[in-house]
Amino acid sequence: MSTEKKRNKKKNRTIMRSVILLLLVAAIGYTIYNSVTADEVEVLKVGDPAPDFTLTDLDGETHKLSDYKGQGVFLNFWGTWCEPCIKEMPAMASQYEVYEDQGVQILAVNIAQSNFEVETFARQYGLNFPIVIDRDKSVMTAYNIRPLPTTMLVNPQGEIQRIVTGEMTEQDIAGFMEEIKPE
Amino acid sequence: MDKLICKCGHENPPGTVLCESCGRPLNEQEQNKQLADMRYEGTARRSQTYNKSIIDKIWNFFSSVKVGVGIIIVLLIAAALGTILPQKQYVPATTEADIEAYYTDIYGSVGTVYHALGFHDLYNSFWFIGLVGMLAISLIIASLDRFVPLYKSLKNQRVLRHSSFMHKQRILAEGPGDAETLKKAEEKLTDLKYKVSTDKNGLLAEKGRFSRWGPYVNHIGLIIFLFGVMLRMMPGFYVDETLWIREGETRAIPDAPGYVLESKGFTLETYTGEGEEEKFGEAIDRVGTVAKNYQTDVVLYKIPEGALPGDTADMEMVEEHAIRVNQPFKFDGYALYQMDFQQDELKTMSFALQNKETGESRGDLTIDLVNPETNYELEDGSVVELLGYYPDFSGFENGEPQTATPLPKNPGFLVKMTTPDTPDGETSFITIQNTVEPLGDNDYKLAFQGVETRDASGLTVRKDRTLPILGLGGLIFMIGVAQGMYFNHRRFWIQQQADGSILLAGHTNKNWFGLKKDLDQVTEHASLPAYRDQQEDMEAQEKREGEQLT
Repeated sequence: MSTEKKRNKKKNRTIMRSVILLLLVAAIGYTIYNSVTADEVEVLKVGDPAPDFTLTDLDGETHKLSDYKGQGVFLNFWGTWCEPCIKEMPAMASQYEVYEDQGVQILAVNIAQSNFEVETFARQYGLNFPIVIDRDKSVMTAYNIRPLPTTMLVNPQGEIQRIVTGEMTEQDIAGFMEEIKPE
Repeated sequence: MDKLICKCGHENPPGTVLCESCGRPLNEQEQNKQLADMRYEGTARRSQTYNKSIIDKIWNFFSSVKVGVGIIIVLLIAAALGTILPQKQYVPATTEADIEAYYTDIYGSVGTVYHALGFHDLYNSFWFIGLVGMLAISLIIASLDRFVPLYKSLKNQRVLRHSSFMHKQRILAEGPGDAETLKKAEEKLTDLKYKVSTDKNGLLAEKGRFSRWGPYVNHIGLIIFLFGVMLRMMPGFYVDETLWIREGETRAIPDAPGYVLESKGFTLETYTGEGEEEKFGEAIDRVGTVAKNYQTDVVLYKIPEGALPGDTADMEMVEEHAIRVNQPFKFDGYALYQMDFQQDELKTMSFALQNKETGESRGDLTIDLVNPETNYELEDGSVVELLGYYPDFSGFENGEPQTATPLPKNPGFLVKMTTPDTPDGETSFITIQNTVEPLGDNDYKLAFQGVETRDASGLTVRKDRTLPILGLGGLIFMIGVAQGMYFNHRRFWIQQQADGSILLAGHTNKNWFGLKKDLDQVTEHASLPAYRDQQEDMEAQEKREGEQLT
């Protein structure tokens, strides 16, 4: 057998083996990547487009997320039983006064509570931003919300800029609104 | 390395021990052996012949059966360790931080290490998946390295083998024959369903070659199975969620986009022990109650194509269904199972507005604890106004009543009662055990009358698109096992030499008894010389030598 033929065969063998090994390693890598990321927010990641939804607020007005394209949306999921949610509400209200005119919209999504509870709460704390109620938890499910409060910061392009779980200080809130405010 | 060219002229791949074609031993070690190693037909495991580049070294590592077995043992030990402390889904904590703290609090430093190494969620830990992946690589490479040369060798084998090959086979016969011998042997072997090929002065009879592929078919099944398991980690292939739904509630089904479920009611039936069920009477007396049926009646809705989450106005009813234990509700690849229940959660509370002194009632009111109203108007112009509602009252903070959960487990109401006697209104804070009158003594009170309750159903939402793949993998695995276990690859080589004498050799990959039974019949029919089993002869000799030594 000629040397050239032999060299070719050796080259083919190396290529063949490399390809098989690479494919297998890629499959394993992808599996590990999937299992590691699945623990966190399953569906949504920073940079993903925020799933559109439509919910009705206490005044009967419909809010559709995509209608706020071009504005930053501060999407806060909350309930009256959740202490940190209650604590951050007044801070959100006071920052809303600053940033509303700069194109930042707050939507507070209550998780399936009664009109009475939400209305009483809003009146008591003098909340100035729209509060919508997710009655069948479909928006909560679409956003895969686990702990409350969770805040999704949606930038003017309609993408998720940041996901915040847990209580925010007024300073945090101001910083986040600065991040998503349109240019 | 160069190809090995046998004296018969056949080119063998480097490392070959027995010529693929004629069976001559190709190295000295093999020449000195009394019996040939027929495991892979004397072919080289390819991996061992090329060991130069880094790719070859990795390849060779995975090609080793020892490495494969080692990986399996490590996996077994890891899986065993994973059962020592509970897995994370059985731990009473939900967030990652709480789970980590739980292991440290309950099990001390052992728990901390256990959690840090990922044993608390073993099947999802990266190193466990990595090991399973390595096992898959080992299965594929080790099979390729053995299957390809074996296949080539069996394809290239020729009828006339070199006499040295024949003499090294376990079954060997030598002796006189006549002109009819070969023909008669062929006749009988064909009769016994052997595939016979002849060449000049010899024949090769072969049966059940496909049995040699059993282990490789088996491995293909395993690989398909592992592939199915891998798919479970991909979004959309596997769903295993819990959905708690209360009577009258409408809830989006988790991980089933577009589907909404309404609970019409939960039923728990027990055996009465009467009538037809009398035969259960004894058992019921012994254990108290025996459940007959757990059932949730549901209505499934679908949000139309293109509608958004939260937009429930146009949702269409798909089906009404009763979900019972072991009778899941199946739709669109999903299945809803009845898994759990919670009975008698509060739904409404009724009160009577009573004058404390006279006990005279001004009428009854019922508060819906799920969706309370603000005003409750009674007879003669009395009104009870709800100022605050705390479904799971947990105490006061800065004078404000708090609720611990959104569920009406311990409802608290702040009410203002106005009657013609007390036109300015009286304020009262009512909980189940207690009434507080924060603004001084009242003339009226809300006297508790009764409750209505409702049940909650715990459903499991399951989707598994990988089941057909797992089933196929399992089936192919079993076919491979049957192929390798219940069939044998049997071969006879018979040659008639120039002087008319017969040389016969036989080989099978397992079940030598069966091979001998076949040969007995052929020997009788064709009057072949008597055969001997060289391995048994060797063992007998070793035994004799051993006895002489002692």
